[in-house]
Amino acid sequence: MKFAAQKISRRKLLGGAAGATAAIPFLHEAVPHQGVHDQLAQAQAQAQDGHGGGEQPGVSSASHRGSAHRGTVGRVDPEVNGFDPTEILRNFDRGTVTRENGRVVRTFEIVAEDKEIEVAPGVKFAAWTYNGRVPGPTLRAREGERVRVSFVNASSHPHTIHFHGIHTDVHDGIPGVGPGNISPGGSYTYEFDAFPFGLHLYHCHSTPLAEHIAKGLYGTFIIDPKDERPEADELVMVMNGFDTNFDRTNEVYAVNTVAFAYEEKPIRVKRGDLIRMYVVNVLEYDLLNSFHIHANFFDYYPTGTRREPAEFTDTITQAQGQRGIVELRFPFTGKYMFHAHVSEFAELGWMGFFEVV
Amino acid sequence: MAQVAAPPRRSAGPRVPAWVAGLVPLLVLGVGIVLFVALDAPGLQRNGIPVEELAVEKTELRPGQIELTVRNNGPDPVGIRQAIVNDGFAAFEQTTEDIGRLGASRVTIDYPWIEGQAYDVALVTATGGTATSAVDVATETPETDVGFFGLMALVGLYVGVIPVAIGMLWLPWLRRVDQRLVQFLLALTLGLLAFLGLDALLEGQEFAGTGSQAFGGGALVFLGAAVSYLGLVGLDAWLRGRKRRESAKGAGPWRLAFLVAFGIGLHNLGEGLAIGSSYAIGSLALGATLIVGFALHNTTEGLAIVAPVANEPGGGAQRLRRLVGLGLLAGVPAVIGAWVGASAFNPSLAAFMFGLGAGAIVQVIVQIAPSIRDGAGRLLHPLAVGGIVTGVALMYATGLLISV
Repeated sequence: MKFAAQKISRRKLLGGAAGATAAIPFLHEAVPHQGVHDQLAQAQAQAQDGHGGGEQPGVSSASHRGSAHRGTVGRVDPEVNGFDPTEILRNFDRGTVTRENGRVVRTFEIVAEDKEIEVAPGVKFAAWTYNGRVPGPTLRAREGERVRVSFVNASSHPHTIHFHGIHTDVHDGIPGVGPGNISPGGSYTYEFDAFPFGLHLYHCHSTPLAEHIAKGLYGTFIIDPKDERPEADELVMVMNGFDTNFDRTNEVYAVNTVAFAYEEKPIRVKRGDLIRMYVVNVLEYDLLNSFHIHANFFDYYPTGTRREPAEFTDTITQAQGQRGIVELRFPFTGKYMFHAHVSEFAELGWMGFFEVV
Repeated sequence: MAQVAAPPRRSAGPRVPAWVAGLVPLLVLGVGIVLFVALDAPGLQRNGIPVEELAVEKTELRPGQIELTVRNNGPDPVGIRQAIVNDGFAAFEQTTEDIGRLGASRVTIDYPWIEGQAYDVALVTATGGTATSAVDVATETPETDVGFFGLMALVGLYVGVIPVAIGMLWLPWLRRVDQRLVQFLLALTLGLLAFLGLDALLEGQEFAGTGSQAFGGGALVFLGAAVSYLGLVGLDAWLRGRKRRESAKGAGPWRLAFLVAFGIGLHNLGEGLAIGSSYAIGSLALGATLIVGFALHNTTEGLAIVAPVANEPGGGAQRLRRLVGLGLLAGVPAVIGAWVGASAFNPSLAAFMFGLGAGAIVQVIVQIAPSIRDGAGRLLHPLAVGGIVTGVALMYATGLLISV
């Protein structure tokens, strides 16, 4: 496949320009944070002045070589992988709820298995997975609930699940403490209270540690606060990478595993809707990763453990294991890029688009 | 067991033509191979997973494109699925999707490379493996048109033909100097040749290292050396036989000069190849220093050719023809080498050709050696050793001026 097939159509953007000048109803909603709110008011004013929107007729986006954003050739078929990055975005595993002594107990089931996945078109990676997908299922509980994670190791290597959170050492999921490594064929049920609320992660902690993580044994763990966050279109974005040739540097970077997945198939969101992104960095072999959005700003809640945003920005940086909640609204329809502002990651797969309708 | 009588040459069995009897083992082997493959190697089991071995044989730069010629050295097919240039995926096309054993693919990558910059190219295979190639200084690969061949011919003339011819101008002087000095110069020639031979072996090894190992790698150099050595020994024997029949007086020194010129010619073929290929990939600046260096270096080769015939009497047209012929034999291969190197370069072929040069030189050394013996029949008398060491030193010194 050559560049022509991947050119971004500006016609779609033009379609959005008209919409941007219309009244934006959600401006008058009770929005808890000023940042996203102000941004929309300003954007509306701009659009009415005729400066906003950024869609200028006659601008050709891909008239010269190298203007296509995706360098990869071909596409990854979600059917082959058994999971679809687009579905992973909005897929939450809330477990099975039971009650014990009046308290909610949430039980999750996780199976570790070896599985070959396609991380870039035609490029296979011998992954280790939780529930057959990379990243593993997004587990979601509410603050104060009891969480049980029934873990079965169907892989051919010993593994654990180590949760970020506050719990006893026995359930910390590391070798040598409590159940330690769970051998192939073995199982164990990790148990703890959902605490503190925020955006966390879980991953295998067997040694060699970097390898067990880099091969795909990680996932997002969300603990919702007792008083709910405002209604939003929620998206899970796990920033990861793959060392396909075992030289301890990554050949492929992505959000939710497949290089350029959202470049090929942009994430559809509604103009004006509150969008909440759970952004988690599980990248190995690189110290930093970052998240940057085009033509917009967002409220950032590091680790999601405070209700007030720490920053109103368009770029954040996360070290290994760091994560945070991003909240924004798109004031205009159109196609908006997001990517790691570590630009080399962007060109190696960590880049995508929102399609705002 | 010498006393055991040899069995009768023919048994009492049915008479079979000799050629049929000779074919039987081949037939059995053929049938065996077919069965073995058809039954999927009975009793044997593959241990482990396939190891991919891709060698990038050639890297060419065209406007907006980087073109790699890749060869599969491994036992299993390899498929290139993505291309990365300087930490970014880049769109590409290739001639062969799945490359079989020893097969090749031409991978054309779209990339807006910039003159003078360095690039790392990694081809990602279906298993996630990478074959890498580095472009140290990006510059457009010259188009191999008529003008280019003309330029390469000029380079070949400068570094091959002209210096050798100049070196041969020492002949009149050689004819007048003392016999001992001629012997010294022959020893010096020996030193020159020893240096060139070693140089060819080493350079051949260097090329072999970058080429496809499945074609033999470093062994190709020695194979080439053996082929040319044995070939020249055969040629020499044939020439001797012919001359004996004609009983031409003084054929010995001319034969020797011919062999020296032939050996040097093979060496210059390799030298031309190195120059041409370096120029084609842009890693060679054809500056005056380099040309002067080669010229000085190769002028000594002209001396080596005429030294054996220093004491040959006569003159006139026939002699001149012979000398011109020898000069061309030694020098023109540099032109041919430059053409081949610039247009159809292949590291394995280059390694083999350097081997040819080295083998030829060894043969020539063996040929010259007797003529530096002193009255007592000693080979390494002080004068000879002095000559050899001087020759090596001369080559080393002029060699400093050139590095391809």
